[in-house]
Amino acid sequence: MTAKIQLIGVKKRFGPKVVLDGIDLTIEKGSSLVVIGGSGTGKSVMIKSVLGILTPDEGTILVDGQDVTHLRGAARDPVMKKFGMLFQGAALFDSLPVWENVAFGLIQGRGMARAKAKDVAIQKLAKVGLSEDVAYLSPAELSGGMQKRVGLARAIAADPEIIFFDEPTTGLDPIMADVINELIVSTVKDVGATTLSITHDMASARKISDHIAMIYQGRIIWSGPTSQIDHSGNPYVDQFIHGRAEGPIKMAVKA
Amino acid sequence: MNILAGIGRAVLGLLADIGRLTAFTGRTLAACVSPPIYGRLIAIQVLRIGYFSLPVVGLTAFFTGGALALQIYLGGNRYGAEAIVPQIVVLGITRELGPVIAGLMVAGRVAAAIAAEIGTMKVSEQIDALTTLATNPMKYLVVPRLVAAVLSMPILVGIADSIGVFGGYVVSTQSLGFTGSIYLKNTVDFATRQDINSGLIKAAVFGFIIALMGCYHGFNSKGGAQGVGAATTAAVVSSSILILAANYLLTSILFHT
Ligand SMILES: Nc1ncnc2c1ncn2[C@@H]1O[C@H](COP(=O)(O)OP(=O)(O)O)[C@@H](O)[C@H]1O
Ligand SMILES: [Mg+2]
Repeated sequence: MTAKIQLIGVKKRFGPKVVLDGIDLTIEKGSSLVVIGGSGTGKSVMIKSVLGILTPDEGTILVDGQDVTHLRGAARDPVMKKFGMLFQGAALFDSLPVWENVAFGLIQGRGMARAKAKDVAIQKLAKVGLSEDVAYLSPAELSGGMQKRVGLARAIAADPEIIFFDEPTTGLDPIMADVINELIVSTVKDVGATTLSITHDMASARKISDHIAMIYQGRIIWSGPTSQIDHSGNPYVDQFIHGRAEGPIKMAVKA
Repeated sequence: MNILAGIGRAVLGLLADIGRLTAFTGRTLAACVSPPIYGRLIAIQVLRIGYFSLPVVGLTAFFTGGALALQIYLGGNRYGAEAIVPQIVVLGITRELGPVIAGLMVAGRVAAAIAAEIGTMKVSEQIDALTTLATNPMKYLVVPRLVAAVLSMPILVGIADSIGVFGGYVVSTQSLGFTGSIYLKNTVDFATRQDINSGLIKAAVFGFIIALMGCYHGFNSKGGAQGVGAATTAAVVSSSILILAANYLLTSILFHT
């Protein structure tokens, strides 16, 4: 096994507030890792640090062994082309129709001709169970579940090596959440990607992962195969996966 | 002591803002001169910033020209100099009022719209999404708006100048007893190329200010709908103030006074 992505001692703070306090995490090539943790524990900040949207204060991030921690601008483009990302709120471009959203990375990022990119987009929309009529709608006309599907189609449009999912099921009803989970599993298998997902939805975490790690107070406090999550022997993990108010994790009322 | 601390904080905040704005301007200019340049997006923005501003700029220029003619007539009357109306109207419109009125109207329309659009994209993670799709948000969002505003404003002001002069012409010939042909002849004979060009140079600078303020405040908005609202207000207020300040500065430079 070789590491696709490695975070070594990654720290990030905003003003006085320490969000990441030395994250160590390795994602093996071809594996699906889910990071679980409470709201506001820095899961999104961690993903955005890997993507270069945020810059860590300390630590190193390796992608395929290459140090990308401070890689920015045009030098970063080849690395960005390895990634696909599904955002928490889908983050579709509301000025563009659905198909252009899906084709965006192909047209703008990779310079593919619009007609060809459109064909690819419609093909990817079919993969996530959306018909061609949807392609011409504007994102505002879609329900939350449909937007997530379009976001998923956009994330996989360029057949990326690595896909990130930020809370893919949050805000969806249980059935739509399961539909999205199924789509994630099938599309990931399809493109053979390495994935990193973050969620606080345990049903989703079990379904889409082969490994799980838990983040708490800016550090990874447990990680292991998904099959071991119920036998972690870690009181924090136990409290979280069973959703108990009582336990070592104290909820700060103010984020 | 508390007052001093408050003043200190405000000054530090202002300095930090100036620093951020300078860095943003630098990144924008760097993005302007390196490929790719999105021609299609520039064309769309010329339409939105320039073309759709025509009605509001035209109307305000017309009424301003009319009011100007009336005031010059009344003021000139005290010295028996009311015949000077066409000369002063064309001077006032081309040098000052055309660019300033157009600048302020476009600031209200366009800086607000840019800040609201980019601010919404920021808080809904669309700008982050651009980055993950290997697209530079500065090039994709800021450069087209900046280029379009700098190109559109001089054209808008050229049109505002004509309509403003026309407003003065209508008022003068309809209610002040001027003869149309003489009014026009006096206007054309008096206005110099420099009067017009100075206004067009101002217009380009105002366009730069408007787009930069809209983008800057949009990019720095945070915290949902309220943050976007605050960014919109800040974009309009700051671009209006900067336009008036830049106008004074440009007048004193262009006319060596
Ligand atoms: N750009 C930012 N500026 C300031 N604070 C931020 C920023 N992004 C995130 N934070 C703070 O970092 C903490 C972790 O946020 P986040 O990673 O979004 O949590 P989650 O685990 O729910 O995804 C939150 O308290 C949030 O307020
Ligand atoms: Mg999050």
